[in-house]
Amino acid sequence: MNTLEVKNLTVSIEGEVILKDFSLTVPKGEVHALMGPNGTGKSTLAKVMAGHEDYEVESGEILLEGQSILGKEADKISHAGLFLAFQYPLEIPGVSIANFIRAARSARLPEGKEINAVEFYKELYEKMDALKIERKFTARSLNEGFSGGEKKRCEILQMSMLDPKLCVMDETDSGLDIDALKVVSDGVNLMRSPERSFLVITHYQRLLDYIVPDVVHVMYDGRIVKSGDAELAKELESKGYDWIKDECATTTTT
Amino acid sequence: MSDTDLQNKAIQVDTEKGNFKYPENYEFDAGVGLTEDTVNYISDVKEDADWVREFRLKALEIFRKKPMPTNWADKDLENIDFDKIRYYLSKGQMPARSWDDVPDDVKETFERLGIPEQERKFLAGVEAQFDSEASYSHMNEDLEKEGVIFCGSTEGLNKYPEIFRKYFGKVIPTSDNKFSALNSAVFSGGSFIYVPKGVKLKQPLQAYFRINAENFGQFERTLIIADEGAEITYMEGCTAPKFETTTLHSAVVELVALKGAKIQYITVQNWSSNVFNLVTKRGMADEGAEVKWIDCNIGSRLTMKYPGVILKGKGARGEVLSIALANDGQHQDTGAKMMHLADNTTSNIIAKSISIGKGRSTYRGQVHMPKHLKNCKNNTECDALLINTDSRTDTYPAITTRGEHNTVQHEASVSKVSAEQIFYMMQRGLSEAAAMSLSVNGFVNDLMKAFPMEYSVELKRLIDMEMEGSVG
Repeated sequence: MNTLEVKNLTVSIEGEVILKDFSLTVPKGEVHALMGPNGTGKSTLAKVMAGHEDYEVESGEILLEGQSILGKEADKISHAGLFLAFQYPLEIPGVSIANFIRAARSARLPEGKEINAVEFYKELYEKMDALKIERKFTARSLNEGFSGGEKKRCEILQMSMLDPKLCVMDETDSGLDIDALKVVSDGVNLMRSPERSFLVITHYQRLLDYIVPDVVHVMYDGRIVKSGDAELAKELESKGYDWIKDECATTTTT
Repeated sequence: MSDTDLQNKAIQVDTEKGNFKYPENYEFDAGVGLTEDTVNYISDVKEDADWVREFRLKALEIFRKKPMPTNWADKDLENIDFDKIRYYLSKGQMPARSWDDVPDDVKETFERLGIPEQERKFLAGVEAQFDSEASYSHMNEDLEKEGVIFCGSTEGLNKYPEIFRKYFGKVIPTSDNKFSALNSAVFSGGSFIYVPKGVKLKQPLQAYFRINAENFGQFERTLIIADEGAEITYMEGCTAPKFETTTLHSAVVELVALKGAKIQYITVQNWSSNVFNLVTKRGMADEGAEVKWIDCNIGSRLTMKYPGVILKGKGARGEVLSIALANDGQHQDTGAKMMHLADNTTSNIIAKSISIGKGRSTYRGQVHMPKHLKNCKNNTECDALLINTDSRTDTYPAITTRGEHNTVQHEASVSKVSAEQIFYMMQRGLSEAAAMSLSVNGFVNDLMKAFPMEYSVELKRLIDMEMEGSVG
């Protein structure tokens, strides 16, 4: 069973084509890394999968555990099991982390069902401890005045509290120092299970030293141009993306 | 979703809870339009003392002379047709002391609004006004024994003139504005409260104002006197059914806090979108006294309301905490006035407004500190939140401070709920309406903490309802 299947996806924004006949399959329980130079369409893919309405999908399919999620509203896609850890998490003034996660959990319950507050806080505190987030953060406004590292840890906290089937992590490593990177990676590794899949979008190989992927894809100009195992990431790190660009240029000309 | 999409969603005001009415069946009806006869009819029915009748007739003259304040206020005021309004409707003069004695249709109305239940839960006394007069009025017997008076305006003026006449119309003179003059001519209902020296009410007194009749004007008059060292919290709620025609609500509320007394006045109004809500509210604080207005304005077509405090005695404190929510087609024109008239007086104004769709909110503030005073302080914060891009907000702060021994602080901000914030929250599984609700609640969150629990719950529910209706 595949958790994610993206088939021949072509997406544009304001007339510019960003994803070009893009395809990707992530089987259940696997961690895939999506790498590539800036402006190649990685974040666009993440947002389109999550149901952002600014993009125009010209053709293609996105299936989550076999069900089409393309064109659904963002909240419905979330309920279907996709979580997107944002590259730039937004600040929501006056809404505490605890209340926000509680509201997100409640939104998944059938009508009339309520969250058990005691169990909720027990679980929340355990997960905060694991991510080395201080207790006082529960009462702070979501992401407001947080440092880059605090925002990313808070994204992973939400991700673990919402128990998604597919975790899409968009440049989670950007803005993190090495200690924060380790904490975030530990949090992610704890969530790895045969039931859950990950799509880790990153520009640098660094994160993949801690979250070791099963498959690495290299994206360039709106499509995947190379796939391999974890070694591919290391090769990229030493050779740089120009190597891929050159290789692409050669393949297109031949 | 883009801002444009958000902006274009149809917006409907949801006044579900208040949107019902019962057939009209009144014993007393002053008819349509406003003349001396109307005023005399009201005075006759109420068996007003001569001075009260004269007070009313003089007010009518002032009302006629004063122009509509459309040179600065919303031009929509011109759409009020005073000749088509009914100024007095009642089923009887004396309110029942027990819910069992309240006429069935009126009782059902208040039961649907949850008033008897709230009374049992957390109130020291309740007055429930149906159109022009209170249908029910009851207070704990213990408070009665302590000498607390809680009655309607007619009973207050007829039965206790020695207590109320001294301050009636003094905090807000008839000629203060066109609508205070109108109220002074045709007032009926409202609460007259006296709390004797040193008596501190632990639980709030509540009044609920309900408009049931179409083309009707409700003109309640409230006067609360807290004698030296006394303390009282008063809460009011208001609703009306959704009519095609306009309805007018024009109250005058005067608060008198004598030396060392504390008055807290809380309003949560949820008017339907046909109501012109033009209310004058002002308190006077003597030496060391405190007057605090907590004002939540939801609904109505146009609300104009600027609660004020006259800081008359040394060390007096005044506070206005206000939340206004302007939905599509509504204009919340609210604010605060602080008149510092003695040394060491302090005032605090925190105003938060939310504009949804084409809703418009305006903040008007006036802080007055004359030159000869020392150690006066004012803090003003006004924050506006815009939900869609064509929402509108204006701020008109007028702070007059003279002299070098006083301090004022003013902060204003405008923020917007962006489409990206909504997307972020929806990605976590919240519906669009829930996401908007949560951001609005977040915006008013720190202010809500100042409210009594029961009211913040009610307010949160009202905000959720407004948001529910604001997305397509």
